[in-house]
Amino acid sequence: MAELVVFAVFAAVALAGAFVMLSARNPVYSAIGLLASMFSIAVFYVLLDAHFIAAIQVIIYAGAVMTLFLFVIMMIGVDRREDTTEPIPFQRPIGIVLALALGVLVVAAGSKAWFTGSGRFGSVDLVGTIGVVADELFGTWVLPFLGTTLLLTIAALATVALGRYDVAATEGEEGP
Amino acid sequence: MLNAYFGDYITVAVFMAVGALLVAGAIFASSLIAPRRPGGFKEVVYESGIEPIGGGWNQSHIRYYVFALLFLIFDVEAIFMFPWAIRLDFFAEAGLGITVLVEMIVFVVVLVLGLLYALAKGVLRWE
Amino acid sequence: MTGVLLAAVKVAVAFGFLMGTVIVLVWAERRIVAFMQNRHGPNRAGPAGILQTAADGLKLFFKESMTPRKAEFALYIAAPVLAVVPALLVFAVIPVGAPITIGGVTYTLQVTDLDVGVLYVLAVSSLGVYAVTLAGWSSGSKYPLLGSVRAAAQMISYEAALGLALVPVIMFTGTTSLAEIVEAQGGTFGGGLPAWNLVLVPSFVIFLIAGFAETNRAPFDLVEAEQEIVGGYHTEYSGMRFAFFFLAEYINVFNMAALTTVFFLGGWHGPRFGPPAVEMALPVVWFLAKTWAIVFLFIWVRATLPRVRYDQLMAFGWKRLIPVSLVWIFLSMVAIGVRRFGLPWA
Repeated sequence: MAELVVFAVFAAVALAGAFVMLSARNPVYSAIGLLASMFSIAVFYVLLDAHFIAAIQVIIYAGAVMTLFLFVIMMIGVDRREDTTEPIPFQRPIGIVLALALGVLVVAAGSKAWFTGSGRFGSVDLVGTIGVVADELFGTWVLPFLGTTLLLTIAALATVALGRYDVAATEGEEGP
Repeated sequence: MLNAYFGDYITVAVFMAVGALLVAGAIFASSLIAPRRPGGFKEVVYESGIEPIGGGWNQSHIRYYVFALLFLIFDVEAIFMFPWAIRLDFFAEAGLGITVLVEMIVFVVVLVLGLLYALAKGVLRWE
Repeated sequence: MTGVLLAAVKVAVAFGFLMGTVIVLVWAERRIVAFMQNRHGPNRAGPAGILQTAADGLKLFFKESMTPRKAEFALYIAAPVLAVVPALLVFAVIPVGAPITIGGVTYTLQVTDLDVGVLYVLAVSSLGVYAVTLAGWSSGSKYPLLGSVRAAAQMISYEAALGLALVPVIMFTGTTSLAEIVEAQGGTFGGGLPAWNLVLVPSFVIFLIAGFAETNRAPFDLVEAEQEIVGGYHTEYSGMRFAFFFLAEYINVFNMAALTTVFFLGGWHGPRFGPPAVEMALPVVWFLAKTWAIVFLFIWVRATLPRVRYDQLMAFGWKRLIPVSLVWIFLSMVAIGVRRFGLPWA
């Protein structure tokens, strides 16, 4: 019962957050909406007894990724008026059709893959949620894990490429 | 069904809610009691005593973005290390100790190479 | 039902404890810094001025809270709440004493123990960045925006180091629950030194330095570098709204000291003796003594070290602290490997 109430409340928060993210004129409010959505998803993980994943959800998504987004917003400058003219004439109808198609897909996939009760790790000792993740990650999925390293390093290299602003060109122009 | 772990998080949620309500309540109560006479120079933002020039929202430098990206990378890295660190003993008992150790050493070394590259290219220099 | 009641009592006690702590902490800081600088410090309100913080808080309560004309009001007013809540949440998982048994029932002196405690602490403190960013942005003023972007970049840079410093601790204790980390530090190394995680000296030093930066304390208090950016992200805040930023800052200082105690100084462990009542209270005394020793270190450093420059701050974080913590993790891995599997060539 309590779980159902918590789920209902945070499902509403997640949806409202997503709506705010899409509809807010000001990018900072969009970011806040996304933050609320991501935090609600962390609550869902707690409800599913996936505490480790919940913690990661907050650390990585609500923490690091959202900070990154806020920095991007600050970098672009928030006081710019946004250009709200729609360049593609049938943008809205196309969008609605695509959204409906996506909805049908989700429902179809959900009705096929829907299952209740415990999955593979059924009655796992809850103290070991981190342990289970570790066993799978470092025992079974070694290569994908090491692939992540490469992915992270590539991200670091891309950061370097992005960050190589020309120092001489910005000389005298004091950034905050 | 309400298990013990879920209860722990409920306590956290209650703690959070009580905290937020106390702070919001205190701010609200203060706004009821404290004088409020808006207008005039009070509402002008501080800019070293002169009248502010232009808007308050200016663009920030791209280097902040670079640091945020690097932070994301190292945060993900640290997250990978936590389950590994916890499970070290179990892997050792299963005879997988060396394998798991080598896995993580490869992981860290590759990432250190990334950081070294960033250092060598001077991205982390703050001009 | 008793569980709910117990949780309610714990929440109430925790809030009371934190408020009392902050009142003493602010006073202690002002007095200690004053003595170190050959001044008197606040000494009028109450005995030795101990009521000064309460008086200041009360004064701020009756002060007008001004709102800049250009402020984004919703976020502007939400920021102080967002600053205090993460600070409170970190405290929720800190074990302040050994579990006590009254009438056959054992109570833990911790609001709640989570099995992902360490990750929870990192998660909640990463949310602290929002208060800073939003406060600075929503003020619609230049200095706060500057201060907030700086503060956010500083906090995330040192948060990475903070997380990495804890990896050896977890390798060593094999758990992420704060209560169990303290538990694992009981006993002694071969009957001599207490078995604290302090043996992981580099981790301890990195954690402490990153802690100074994470709480925006001297010598890393660039957020509030008065000479360059005035008061930092809360320049445009006044009255009770400002008071809560102040409160959050000091709760964070206490939390960071308490976490250092939990992770490295054996938490509530210490000699236990005497009649049952005394024996039961002693762990809390040890915990508080260790935590306040670290708090004193925070204050001492503030009174002693000059503020670093921003480029020095970022360079120190990324070129020293993070590489050193990675090397240290690598060394601990090798050490654990050698301890467990022997030398590869032997």
